[in-house]
Amino acid sequence: MHHIISIGDFDRSAIDRLLDHAKQIEMMKYNKNALDGKILAVLFFEPSTRTRMSFESAMARLGGTSISVSSVEACSMAKGETLADTIRVVSGYADAIVIRHPKEGAARLAAEFAKVPVINAGDGAGQHPSQTLLDLYTIRQSMKIDGIDVALVGDLRYGRTAHSLASALSLYGVRLHTISPPGLELPPSLAANLSEKGMEIINHTDIEEVIREVDVLYVTRIQRERFPDSTSYFNVASSYRITPELLLGARKHMIVLHPLPRVDEIDPRLDDSPHARYFEQSKNGVPVRMAMLLDVMR
Amino acid sequence: MDSNESEGLLIRRIKNGTVIDHIDGGEALNVIKILGIVGTTTETLSIATNVPSQNMVKKDIVKISNRELSKEEVDRIALISPRATINIIRNYKVCEKQGVEIPTLIAGSVRCPNPGCISRTNEPIKSRFEVLPDGKGLRCLYCDSVITKDLTSFII
Repeated sequence: MHHIISIGDFDRSAIDRLLDHAKQIEMMKYNKNALDGKILAVLFFEPSTRTRMSFESAMARLGGTSISVSSVEACSMAKGETLADTIRVVSGYADAIVIRHPKEGAARLAAEFAKVPVINAGDGAGQHPSQTLLDLYTIRQSMKIDGIDVALVGDLRYGRTAHSLASALSLYGVRLHTISPPGLELPPSLAANLSEKGMEIINHTDIEEVIREVDVLYVTRIQRERFPDSTSYFNVASSYRITPELLLGARKHMIVLHPLPRVDEIDPRLDDSPHARYFEQSKNGVPVRMAMLLDVMR
Repeated sequence: MDSNESEGLLIRRIKNGTVIDHIDGGEALNVIKILGIVGTTTETLSIATNVPSQNMVKKDIVKISNRELSKEEVDRIALISPRATINIIRNYKVCEKQGVEIPTLIAGSVRCPNPGCISRTNEPIKSRFEVLPDGKGLRCLYCDSVITKDLTSFII
């Protein structure tokens, strides 16, 4: 049985194979009834719009159906049931499980107790492999990933999408630039781990320092709750805001990505810029997740 | 001072059981902890700490009567005292003597340092850690958190 829990479980060839498959799907080269009669259990114990809906859309496009739980309050976990028991029970109702949970390692635990394949759709500040795969897919639509310069901007300490993406990019000889507010830097253990894998990491304090040097600008949300008050949040958030003026000197092919939802990090005036790819990125969630569902259920 | 002489003065020989010798000075209580030997044991447990030793300057010794520790159990000791030696005693004689080896996996005896880790909830699982190469630390197999120092403060 094959689970998808962490991007770290993939080697380079497995990632490339899955992205190639997603490309075929995007070109409509797939069997629309491939998962006919199959049921996907969508267990989301945290809020989500894009991840949840794109998994459900992916399942529907392959001819399958989805059943779901949308919060802890709406299921037996509110009565004190353990996640392990919930997973054992749901294993009897579905052919695969997609799970999002606030605790790190929850998907790993689910995989231990499940009788069907499990896909991690985000566990706390931990892993979010489907987001990473669609991030890579979106970069690959514009350029070869090998050897490019990627800047990660925003909350790099708690942002799980940034952690997973950085790990995956280490497989492609990418040079990583980081720009984050004090206290929200990439965790030292992750930075050390990436360096051990041979990744060059350059820390910056100012986006302007790096904007002319990068091929991808990956922006993440700075969460208000990480700051003691609104004033200090707005001061920091405004200095990390991406505007059309900021991108004036950028490379022509440079793309701006964001896992969404955005709040103030990207000026809406940027939306029509050829650099802006975040809505395309979000849309790519469907073919990539279709490839993932086929990968675990076939 | 000869360590055996000092040991003889401090702790009586045991008839059957396990003697853990050459524990780094001051680590005996942590060894007891990592072995999961808590107050509920009914067997005689003898501990000598900071015993003078020719090779180690100071060492600790633990003797557990009527219990032969398995290799998996004693190898956990390597994380905090890699020079420790294990002697299995039967009828007052040393029947087996071996060093400890750093294990590849530690289950149930170390708490994950990450308060957001699923292993720190009421789920029916034991904590599980992969031992990093050369025993440089432990990596939680649930959340990937790494412990590189103060391991003893995370022993359950």
